[in-house]
This record gives sequence, C-alpha cells and structure tokens, in this order.
Amino acid sequence: MSKPKKTPFYDKHVALNGKIVDYNGWFLPVQFSQGLVEEVHDTRKRATIFDVSHMGEVTVEGKDAEAYLQKILTNDVSKLKDNAIMYSPVCYPEGGVVDDILIYRFNSEYYFLVVNAANTDKDFDWFQENTFGDVKLQNLSPEYAQIALQGPNSQEILQELTGVKLADIKFYRFLGDVSVAGVNSIVSRTGYTGEDGFEVYCKNEGALNVWDAVWEAGQKKDLRPAGLGARDVLRLEASLPLYGHELSKELNPLQAGLDRFVALDKDVPFNGQGALKQQKEEGFSKKLFGLEMLERGVPRENYPVKVDEKEIGWISSGSYSPTLDKFIAMGFLDPEIMKQTEEVSVLIRKRSYRARITKMPFYRRGK
Amino acid sequence: MDFNVIEGLKYTQQHEWARQEGDTAVVGLSDYAQDKLGEIVFVELPDIGAAVEAGKSAAVIESVKAVADLYAPVDGTVTEVNETLLDQPELINQDPYGEGWVFKVEVKDESQLNSLMDKPTYEEFIIKEEEEE
Repeated sequence: MSKPKKTPFYDKHVALNGKIVDYNGWFLPVQFSQGLVEEVHDTRKRATIFDVSHMGEVTVEGKDAEAYLQKILTNDVSKLKDNAIMYSPVCYPEGGVVDDILIYRFNSEYYFLVVNAANTDKDFDWFQENTFGDVKLQNLSPEYAQIALQGPNSQEILQELTGVKLADIKFYRFLGDVSVAGVNSIVSRTGYTGEDGFEVYCKNEGALNVWDAVWEAGQKKDLRPAGLGARDVLRLEASLPLYGHELSKELNPLQAGLDRFVALDKDVPFNGQGALKQQKEEGFSKKLFGLEMLERGVPRENYPVKVDEKEIGWISSGSYSPTLDKFIAMGFLDPEIMKQTEEVSVLIRKRSYRARITKMPFYRRGK
Repeated sequence: MDFNVIEGLKYTQQHEWARQEGDTAVVGLSDYAQDKLGEIVFVELPDIGAAVEAGKSAAVIESVKAVADLYAPVDGTVTEVNETLLDQPELINQDPYGEGWVFKVEVKDESQLNSLMDKPTYEEFIIKEEEEE
C-alpha cells in the first residue's frame, strides 16, 4: 500500500485537533475535539464544514456524452436539465453495483461526475471500457478539492463569499464558474447528511483560500468542523446508502430500495437492465429494511438478524443516532419473512436484542 | 495532554483502573481511555458471580464508533455491577473514577493487584503509547 494522500486541508485538521485516520488511502479527520455526537448536533442545528476532497471527479465530454451516460447509468439522464444534478447507481451487466454517483450536467455534451473515493480508479477503468463514439473522459480527482458545508446556517455563511444568489440554487442544482472568495468553483446544493447545505468544488490551488474564507465567515454563525464519523452517522440517520454497505458488486440497487433511481423501462438499453428486470420479476431473497432497537444495544455492520432463532439477514450499517437518541440500523432481510412480522432480533456478540422494523428515512428535516 | 490519573489507584496496560476496598477491587476505565473511546453509548456488564480472569475480557464498552473490551485487572469473582451504566453509559465519560465504575471483584490474589501500575508509572506508560502512535 502506498502512503495515504493528504488533501489541501490536512494542516487545518491537525490545527483543529482532528483525529486523523487513513480512510481509503486518504489522511482525513474522523472526528474533532467536540466529539462525534456534538458534530452531528452541530450539523442538524447550525453548520459544519467537512473536507470531502477524497471524492473523485470525472468529466465526460463529447457529442455522444448523453448516449454514453444512458448506457452506463441506471437512472434516465435524458431527464436531466442543464445545471441540474442526478443521483444514479452504475451497474455491471449482472446487476451488481460498480458505484453510486452524482451526475452534474453543464450541457448535453459536458458532464461532471462525482464518485466514491475508494472506487475512483475502478470506476474510471469501467467508464473507459464502456466508451463509444465521441466521448472523452478525464479523471480530475487529483486536481480537485471539495468542501461540504452542511446545516441550516450554510447558506448564510456561504453567501458572504459570493455574488451569486445562493437562494436561487435549489436542491440538487448547481452553478459552475462561481467565484467563492475569489476562487473559481462549482457550487451545488447537495450533501450526504440529510440537511440543507452546499458542496463546493475547486482546484487544489485555490482550495485553502476557500476553506479559510468559509471558516472566517462561519465564526459568526457557529460553524464547526466535522469528521468522517459524524458524516457516516448523519447519512445513516437520513438513510442514505453507502457503497460497500448497502451497495456492492453482490447487492443491486433494487434490493437497496433505490427503485426510483433505476429507470428499468428506459428506452435505450443500459448496463444491468436485463438482469435487474429479471431479478425484480423473480423477487429478491434479501431487501433493505430500517431497524430500530427496542432494547439498548448497538447494531453494527454484519451482525446477524434473526426471527424465531432463524437467521434472516444481516445489518449493513448501524449506530447510535444522536438526533433521535435511538439505536438505528439498515439491514438486508428476507422480505418474505418480514411480511409476517414487525419484530426481529439482532445478535450482538452472543446475545439477542429485540428490534423492530421502521420506516426510512429515520430522520427527515423539517421544511 | 489533558487527562486525569488519580493517586491511590492501580492501572493496567489496557487502561483499566482498580481500587482496593478490603478484599474486593472496584474496576473501571481510565480517564485517558474514555477520552480516546469517545461518547460511550452502551455497556455490557458481567454477571454477578461470574469468574473473571486477569487480562481477559470482563465487560464490553461501546462508543458510537468503536467496541472495546474491558479486561479484568485481576482474577476473581464478580460481586457487584454498576447497573446505572445500562441506562447512563455516559457516566463513564463524565466520571470515570467515580459514578462510572463498572464492576467489583473479590480479589483472589492480592499480589496481582500490587503488580499493576501506580499513578506515575501509568502516566509514563500513556506518554510512551502516545509517542508510538
């Protein structure tokens, strides 16, 4: 393994007493001194700043860009307008998931894709293998930094740094060529926390200027740093899937309940279409459910789930939820058995703890 | 570094503390360890009457992100557990040497207790461990 890479903000994390870990080949803060629980509350109530520079960025250019994306994405990219963003799984022909990504449409011949850090190289190879016609791909990941500003105070903070009226950028919309603290950036109203917020992409050279400006503007608005630990809990509370947990080569997007991002009836064929249609018809042996513990106990990844002593699945993500003050989890369970019961038990070490099925998302922010 | 090590307690290399009270020892997690672990959200206690063995897991302490074993500092029989922790595991964060105690054990062999670290030795041990990180 090569030495983990540092993002442009590494020294900031160290100065803020961030606890640094190696996350998929990147040195990133898992939490700061106020602790993960406070970071979650800060994000829900005020605002937090996350370094998400590990995320990968790939551009797709050319006359056939849209047709190409229609082939590799399960979602229907023909519905995407300029300056709008779409979420989509990317599937193998067998239906398993290569990655789940965001697609930013600048115009019909220029798209900006945001992919998971751990998958960047794998994705890029896969994207390359599937090209046809006039399509040019570029992996810009090494050149780009990304900041996520999340929480209800985000707009007010970021507005101080740009002339663009941020209120006009709606959820899952973006603007390119935005000057943020004088640095050319892409600004989108997106995030991985279930909270209002923005993500700002810029080249590494200007990144520290953006960070410092956001930090300074944030001081009047209780802005605090947050790490990967809080990010993972926030996304679980909002029931957002994480590759490697709810999606993988062995788990397809329909099992994970992402039906609305899989345009099975898209009028052009896409990777995985046949397999997914067939599997949907046959039914799935495991589907994703939301769980809430009825007894105190922390459900964690890979813990078995049982009904009447029979193993019916496993936990894919689980944690204490600071926002709900409950123990929550997502897990892949046998849907046939779940038709007959609301209650299951989670095996934590050697003991069974009662849990019940609950609607997802666990947390939804108020309007 | 900002952690509290109390005079008069004995400490293990796995960051448990033990306080002798007659022929029993009260056992808990050190301030340094609770700080490292972060917000504690769950504690699994041993059964009263259970035989515990020095260096073997006797309880489980979980923070939001991590699962940690609490090892018995000495051999013996569990005589009491801190059931308040079941509902308020955060007491370990708030008061690791007081309200956050975990269990009491009847000590079989007092020399095991005496061989644990005292305050200055444990402080040095932590500093060394920090440097190695």
